[in-house]
Amino acid sequence: MINPVPPFLIYLIGALLIPLLRGKAKKCLLVIIPIVAFVDLLHIPHGTYWTFPFIGYELIFGQVDKLSMLFSYVFVIMSFAGFLYALHVDDDLQHVAVMCYAGSALGVAFAGDLFTLYAFWELMAVASVFVIWADRSKRAIDAGFRYLMVHLFGGAVLLAGIVIYASQTGSIAFGRLGGNGIGFWLILVGFILNAAVPPLHPWLPDAYPAASVTGAVFLTAYTTKTAVYTLLRAFPGVEVLVYLGAAMTVYGVLWAIIENDMRRLLAYHIVSQVGYMVAGVGIGTGLSMNGSASHAFCHILYKALLFMGAGAVIQATGLRKMSDLTGRGLYKKMPLSLIFYMVGAFSISAVPLFNGFISKPMIVKAAEAAHNIPVFFLVHLASIGTWLCVGLKLPYYTWFGKPRSGAKEIEAKKPPVNMLWGMGFLAFLCIAIGIYPDVLYRILPYPVNFHPYAPPHIIGTLQMLLMTGVGVWLLLGKLAPHAVINLDTDWFYRKGASLFVKFCYGMSSVRTGMQNLSIDLVDGVITVSKNPIYAVESLFSKKKHGMPPYNADTYRQAIGKGVMVSIILFCVLCLLLFARLTQLSK
Amino acid sequence: MRILKILLLASIVIVCFLGFLVYPGDESHYFWEKIPVFEAVFGFIGCIVLIVFAKILGRFFLERRENYYD
Repeated sequence: MINPVPPFLIYLIGALLIPLLRGKAKKCLLVIIPIVAFVDLLHIPHGTYWTFPFIGYELIFGQVDKLSMLFSYVFVIMSFAGFLYALHVDDDLQHVAVMCYAGSALGVAFAGDLFTLYAFWELMAVASVFVIWADRSKRAIDAGFRYLMVHLFGGAVLLAGIVIYASQTGSIAFGRLGGNGIGFWLILVGFILNAAVPPLHPWLPDAYPAASVTGAVFLTAYTTKTAVYTLLRAFPGVEVLVYLGAAMTVYGVLWAIIENDMRRLLAYHIVSQVGYMVAGVGIGTGLSMNGSASHAFCHILYKALLFMGAGAVIQATGLRKMSDLTGRGLYKKMPLSLIFYMVGAFSISAVPLFNGFISKPMIVKAAEAAHNIPVFFLVHLASIGTWLCVGLKLPYYTWFGKPRSGAKEIEAKKPPVNMLWGMGFLAFLCIAIGIYPDVLYRILPYPVNFHPYAPPHIIGTLQMLLMTGVGVWLLLGKLAPHAVINLDTDWFYRKGASLFVKFCYGMSSVRTGMQNLSIDLVDGVITVSKNPIYAVESLFSKKKHGMPPYNADTYRQAIGKGVMVSIILFCVLCLLLFARLTQLSK
Repeated sequence: MRILKILLLASIVIVCFLGFLVYPGDESHYFWEKIPVFEAVFGFIGCIVLIVFAKILGRFFLERRENYYD
């Protein structure tokens, strides 16, 4: 019998060991840690344990049920695939940051009280910003700082919410949150900031594409999905989430259609896909909650795969933008990456036999069953957009595209073979779960009564996908990527910050002006008091010249004579005094 | 390209035909479930609407030169 330990501990120990090992041993460690954690998970029973008293409250590091197990499994599987993909990277900073990041996400999944949750939440924010910074480019460092600012703000809102909630209700238990007070809403805002709900989302498409090829893969998995987990646990059936989620599915798609950077396009699709999960939480029925949980599970697998595919292209060619890649025959150089990418694209687009097909329709059906027709149509529309961007636009303009006159055939280095292993592993899981959904349905939090492979559903999906293909074919010219960027709500804080800096410069120049004015004033007073006649003279004379500068030679004779006269006078006085004194003494 | 076009059109005809075969009949709750090719029509119109709307949004409001923030 193995005594289970908290899984986050395994990752934190791994993070400590990484800098001590070299070469092969380090690579083995990277792969073994997730395996050890997975075995550990298999031995963790449901229940509540690992509790510690803390200022009158009880900290719970192990609140284990089906929901937390589901997310822990996928977090661990994801870290295994990600480390396979990143095995060639010799960068301790990134590996340590990723270990802490994955570990703290597991900590959130097992947290049984709000204080523990908050601690891991902040640790996750800090670890993830180091994953971004590990790229060490200027873009990554700038984006990392913006990411950190946004998440520290989110963390502060969450902490304020937790403190208010705890003082109002007297409970810090992390379960379904009750009441309707300000604490409740602040906690909700803290969570949906991490879930990238517009307008609080721009940190995601800003920071994820700026990270390194391998680092970005991990980023796609943890932050947004832990947020979905916390929403599932704390806010099921909160109605505002339905509309926020439905809106964000379409929002992400619209911005993705006009995007040029491959990974930024995919990042907008994280916003879109998380929208399904948020809407599912808001609907709050067993079917929709199962849908959100299973879609989060599947999403982690296929989104990491998509980022891996795009990352392999960046690794091989050094190019991130579709406008640089299109029409240069990349499909001849990187067919395997294309195949793996397409598995991810089929999965996210819910093509039958791929894992998106068995999870996303649960949420769509739940919206329909809840008679929420606008939401049903919005999420349905977003499905079209997903297939159109991720399944058609991105692969077409990256690997194919009309040959351009004057464009050289692309040069592509061979990506390291472990990148292909990572992609292959995830592609296998995407297809396996798509073909045999029971393996996932068995571990969902609610009993499942959903059959994705009903004939009308399959036929309907195929109709939609094919006709979307026709639409894209007709409007292919309109979709062509251009070398531009698109504004998003980060405009407010990026431009706002530079406005603030300008304001500070303005205030600073006012201060400098005041200082110069007072210096001039003091100068004037000095001039007048030094030589009042001269000052008055210069007021009336036509020639405006300042006081002549002091020159020792100019005054030497005059002063010398004056000194001589004084000495002579002094001597004469002394003689007179002496004569008088001798007269008196006689 | 020609072959791909023919394949695409042929498969569309097939799935639309299959749509009539699996017609759910009276079990449907909503009017669109009674239309066997609803998903095809929705997919096509939705695709056009999304692209046109996104392009308008981009062209008139969102597009900036690449060094806009520098």
